[in-house]
Amino acid sequence: MHLPAILPWGAADGFSKQMLLVILSVVIIATFFLLAARKQQLVPGKLQFAGEMAYGFVRNSIAKDIIGGKDFMKYVPLLFSLFFFILVNNIYGAIPVLQLPSFSHVGGAYVLAGIVYITWIAIGIKKNGLKYFKLATVPSGVPVYILPLIIPIEIISNFLVRPVTHSLRLFATMLAGHLIVMIAGSGIEFLIMQENLLLKGTSVLVLVGAIAMYMLEALIMALQAYVFTLLTAIYIEGALHADSH
Amino acid sequence: MNQVIISAATEGETNPLVPNVWEMGVVLVGFAVLMFIVVKFIVPMFEKTFAERAEAIEGGIAKAEKAQAEASAALEEYKQQLTDARAEANRIREEARAEGAQILADLKEKAAAESARITAQAHVQIESERQAAVVSLRSEVGTLATTLAGRIVGEALNDDERSARVVDRFLADLETQNAGAAK
Repeated sequence: MHLPAILPWGAADGFSKQMLLVILSVVIIATFFLLAARKQQLVPGKLQFAGEMAYGFVRNSIAKDIIGGKDFMKYVPLLFSLFFFILVNNIYGAIPVLQLPSFSHVGGAYVLAGIVYITWIAIGIKKNGLKYFKLATVPSGVPVYILPLIIPIEIISNFLVRPVTHSLRLFATMLAGHLIVMIAGSGIEFLIMQENLLLKGTSVLVLVGAIAMYMLEALIMALQAYVFTLLTAIYIEGALHADSH
Repeated sequence: MNQVIISAATEGETNPLVPNVWEMGVVLVGFAVLMFIVVKFIVPMFEKTFAERAEAIEGGIAKAEKAQAEASAALEEYKQQLTDARAEANRIREEARAEGAQILADLKEKAAAESARITAQAHVQIESERQAAVVSLRSEVGTLATTLAGRIVGEALNDDERSARVVDRFLADLETQNAGAAK
């Protein structure tokens, strides 16, 4: 399934293309935003304006709208980093030569979902103490005789399933998109090699379909970055205001 | 590429859900570095600009409000001054009127006093002149009486009737003179 490593060349384990792309994404994001933020002026230039738009999107549309209140600023750096880290690593899948969304390898998705998982549980405990686990698993206003049924469901859905779905949602959409584009590409290559002219012609149909799928994938890449960040904000908000849920 | 996929598929050992530990490490470190840069530089820089911009806008509003307040204060002051000036003008007018009346009254009084003084002086003068007249009259009356007596004596008993008339007339004159002097 995985490509062989770059260093040492062709080995099963080692420094892979995916690792290179992840490091590159950090460089790209840091460079872009540092350049955009470098010459801060009250009336922004084009680059600064783009940077402010991007930063303001995460800050206002995700952090402020979901978490709200006066403490949302504390979580802006995490949400901002997550959004652009995932976005850039996903968009790799739509760039011809790179053509590899980093999160089509499950490890990265596990790491990010794990960071978020630890973060929101820590926030919940810090905010409410150990009572947080009771608040998070025992919903208020439910008849006592249903509680034995509800509590295990809440435990499973909040503390066991949530990080898994959080990571696998990102990983699975990226892998699937990557596979579809790859399969379409291979299919075109296979059909165009055929001797039969009619079979050769059908490659055009596959090409049209592949372009449509490519567009759809590009949309999903951006969307998944948004969804992952949005869910993170929702989890943090849930942990912050566990007592009012 | 095809070969790779085929070889990976034929291997059949790799499960896509089993992560590569090294890749996890790279993502973890990469994300940590990114978080560091974001927390340390990017967010503060953007927040600073946002704060400055908000301050610039709010500062402008505050400045405009201050100017507005100053303008209305100046207007208020101007109105106050106008009212004061009007009151002052009224007061001065009243004062002038009162002063004028005072002056008029003074003048009248003075005129009255003057006329009284002149009258009094005239009286005094008239009195003194009368006195002088009386004095001179007295001496003249003596002379006249003597002259008259001489004449009467000179023409003595020539005409009783005439002498009687002369005496009568003299007496009448004397009476009128006495009456004038007594006055």
